Amino acid sequence: MESLDLRKISVRELNRFLHQEVPARNIRAIEILNPDGKHNLACGMDAPVKIDIRGHGGYYVGGMNKQAEITVHGNVGWGVAENMMSGCVRVKGFASESAGASGHGGTLIIEGDASLRCGISMKGIDIVVGGSVGNFSCFMAQAGRLVVCGDAGDGLGDSLYEAVIYVRGKIKSLGADAREEPMTEADYAAVKELLDRAGFDCDPKEFKRVASAKTLYNWNADANQEY
Amino acid sequence: MSKRLVLEESASFNRKVIEYIHRASATGLYEIRGMGAKRSLPSFDDLVFLAASASRYPLEGYREKCVTKTVLGTRFAKKPIELDIPITIAGMSFGALSANVKEALGRAATEMGTSTTTGDGGMTPEERLSSKTLVYQCLPSRYGFNPDDLRKADAIELVIGQGAKPGGGGMLLGQKVSERVAKMRTLPVGVDQRSACRHPDWTGPDDLAIKIQELREITEWEKPVYVKIGATRTFNDVKLAVHAGADVIVVDGMQGGTAATQTVFIEHVGIPTLAALRQAVDALEDMNMRGKVQLIISGGIRTGADVAKALAMGADAVAIGQGILYSLGCNSPTYVQNGEHFSAEAEYATLNTAPGYCHHCHTGKCPVGITTQDELLEQRLDPAVGAKRVKNYLKTLNMELTTVARACGKSNVHHLEREDLVALTVEAAAMARIPLAGTDWIPGMEGRRF
Ligand code: SF4
Repeated sequence: MESLDLRKISVRELNRFLHQEVPARNIRAIEILNPDGKHNLACGMDAPVKIDIRGHGGYYVGGMNKQAEITVHGNVGWGVAENMMSGCVRVKGFASESAGASGHGGTLIIEGDASLRCGISMKGIDIVVGGSVGNFSCFMAQAGRLVVCGDAGDGLGDSLYEAVIYVRGKIKSLGADAREEPMTEADYAAVKELLDRAGFDCDPKEFKRVASAKTLYNWNADANQEY
Repeated sequence: MSKRLVLEESASFNRKVIEYIHRASATGLYEIRGMGAKRSLPSFDDLVFLAASASRYPLEGYREKCVTKTVLGTRFAKKPIELDIPITIAGMSFGALSANVKEALGRAATEMGTSTTTGDGGMTPEERLSSKTLVYQCLPSRYGFNPDDLRKADAIELVIGQGAKPGGGGMLLGQKVSERVAKMRTLPVGVDQRSACRHPDWTGPDDLAIKIQELREITEWEKPVYVKIGATRTFNDVKLAVHAGADVIVVDGMQGGTAATQTVFIEHVGIPTLAALRQAVDALEDMNMRGKVQLIISGGIRTGADVAKALAMGADAVAIGQGILYSLGCNSPTYVQNGEHFSAEAEYATLNTAPGYCHHCHTGKCPVGITTQDELLEQRLDPAVGAKRVKNYLKTLNMELTTVARACGKSNVHHLEREDLVALTVEAAAMARIPLAGTDWIPGMEGRRF
């Protein structure tokens, strides 16, 4: 396996290699050593390659990813897999704020907890969190699914559009226009498939479904703008 | 003796205010509308040029060359933007505008050697195809934002705010969320779309610096990164944007337009373009960044005189939105199809307005087919006709700009300077920090020389 050591090369050199050399030489697996919390690691990927980041990443690890399967053997900063289009990003540790923000596709798996605004503005991405998520997760989430094996903080799903949230533990509070709905067979199947994809051993029967009540879909004369 | 009718209107509760209170009381809602501030504000109209005289030589109007070439993004980008004129087309979304209009803007900009800009909602293939130089906006909503289009763009504009509504998010009422718009934005058809006012994955200037680096990494440090701010605390905001690594700063003053925003925002939030421009230039000069980081000013730029004054005050280029819409025929009583003019008065009347007064872009029922997604209405704007009109408009502005520059003795429009200007009002003199005409007095700057 190719190895790139961030104590020997810069982030620019790393990303240039990943963007240009990886597809040109059809490299299928690569590991990144000594990330030391650096930002923008493996962002803008567009190749079917497995990338193992051996340590902690900073902001925007795997940002705007297409195709690549990225595993971070540590924690990550803000905006991991932000605006991801396809592929998969797995975080073995914890994720800071805005994990998977505005993601259009692919799968983001966080084995630990995710902080505030996980899945904010998501547009089709699937996010599976082994631990809990912070406040305002899935704010204005438009499409895709968020599965939370732990608890959810305040304001979950505020101003949701069509994204669906599944939570196993406690929900501290729901945001404006988010509501709990009964689980259907299709929901159980969806949760099972997502848990299997993440490799998490939980019972889909323990999850609750949260979706939009759609009362904010059209401007409402009686809403008084206080929602 | 007949009784005299005494009609004394209250200055505080005039007819406009009474109508506002009646409306609010009837609906319980604030008003949403399009376009920009309608109130009178200190503006470029309050400045005039001194031009050449015995102490300066003017250039011959039609003979001596006056350079208008403009380069943007020289700080970090490997491929800065090179424009033939310092007049660009501001960001306006497909969704707010029809696809025909986006195409017309691309064609006109390309023919004039300038750039056009996407908007909230992503890049359409039509506008990419028709625009030689296309600036791709990264907005808080990230509607339609994706790495493929990012790489196709010639520059990236990170939008923090807009002059018409600094601190506010976007709106696109359901009438305009057609099937195509909904698909591009991943929304249900017909939903009243609200865009966030904050970016989802960063807050504050230190985060912004990392975000800018991410966009640069993804695009191999090739493309200039613009940062657009709505004019409020402009001096500090410009400094922070420079600190965060912007190549180009776009400052949008309160006269800037919008497709749909609360009137209270449009009329009461932000500072005039004139004041914002001076603050922005001061910030760049304070950081010794003038010329290294380029400055684009927007918000109510209408004429070649406005462009010349903006450049003289220190802008490198201007961006125009509303002026472009007017040039396409906004607020015109007629629209043109197959070379013939047809009346649009009935459609204005349906919107309870008339040509010259319309600000109804938010309704999606634009009488002249500009700000609409309606299949029939959008045919009222033929892209070829629209492109020609916008091209003529930009050409006129550029001719006026060079006329003024030559009269001031400049062989390059970028050589226009503050010393070429004086102010006609105390307010403009204070905001622009330009001396009041016939004096060397700048309010608030007593004792300091310029
Ligand atoms: S004519 Fe069309 S573009 Fe102009 S203000 Fe009215 S609706 Fe908006």
